[in-house]
Amino acid sequence: MRTQKSLTLLALLAMGTSGAVFSDERSYPLDRWASRAKTGVTPVANPTYQQECGSCHFPYQPGLLPAYAWEQIMGALSNHYGDNAELSPADTQGIRNYLLNNAAGRTHSSTSKRFTHTGRTNGLPRISTTPYFIKKHDEIPARMVSSNKQVRSFSHCNACHTRAAEGSFREDEVVIPGVGRWED
Amino acid sequence: MNRLFVITSHLLLSIPLAYAANITVDERLGAYQAEGAGPFSAENGKLLWEGKHSAANGDSRSCTSCHGSSLKQGGNHIRTGKPIKAMSPTANPERLTDSKKVEKWFKRNCKWAWGRECTPQEKGDLLRYMQSQ
Repeated sequence: MRTQKSLTLLALLAMGTSGAVFSDERSYPLDRWASRAKTGVTPVANPTYQQECGSCHFPYQPGLLPAYAWEQIMGALSNHYGDNAELSPADTQGIRNYLLNNAAGRTHSSTSKRFTHTGRTNGLPRISTTPYFIKKHDEIPARMVSSNKQVRSFSHCNACHTRAAEGSFREDEVVIPGVGRWED
Repeated sequence: MNRLFVITSHLLLSIPLAYAANITVDERLGAYQAEGAGPFSAENGKLLWEGKHSAANGDSRSCTSCHGSSLKQGGNHIRTGKPIKAMSPTANPERLTDSKKVEKWFKRNCKWAWGRECTPQEKGDLLRYMQSQ
């Protein structure tokens, strides 16, 4: 009994010591990671995704939807919001992996964390119907987006968000075509 | 040897892109022939291109729904409005220069417009029509 207790103590001491030595030499990887909380969403870093998906629409960063939503989208490419967007099996698999590995909640960027829930969806999930998206866009009148010929839809992020491609969606970077800067 | 390589690669790079389209089209037509299709005709291709099909939701769809009435001018995606560049290799030298891309879009767009994949014969006729414009 006594031996067991002292062994446990020894183990705890050893753990504590090694931790202390570690943090003296260099900071914990976790600390460094946490102190670099990135704003916005991580930019697209997959050439196949950029090419295959971005040739038809704005290549939405994977951090704008949770993994389960991307899984649904990648499983239904033959009816992709009304279009056929089928890919070769190799490209489908590569893009699916990229999206799932970098989905909302799986990367460390501040905006991504807001997109871990899609809310209720009718059919395929949409970034523009997530609760966070709706909250952020609810003051924008229809004439500036859906009835605005130069924008047409909330799907066209980069129509107004001038740095959308870099993963930055800050309000002070918004310029609505035909309207101008968005002043809240 | 080295000089020969440099000269050859310069020659290859200076081939006009419209010619690159011819190479790709010939290569595709050869593949369709190997599947039993041919001969191919631009006139039939034009009829296919403009032919209207009823989609499951009642819409009338054809290639021209998104590509517009002129291959030399391009069009706009019927729903999203995204501009689609001209399909004619004369008007747009980048067209029909990549076999993988040609097949990818045939597959997607035949299924969207006609509700099924195009046959090798249809694809050959359509390519001949695009090439002729």
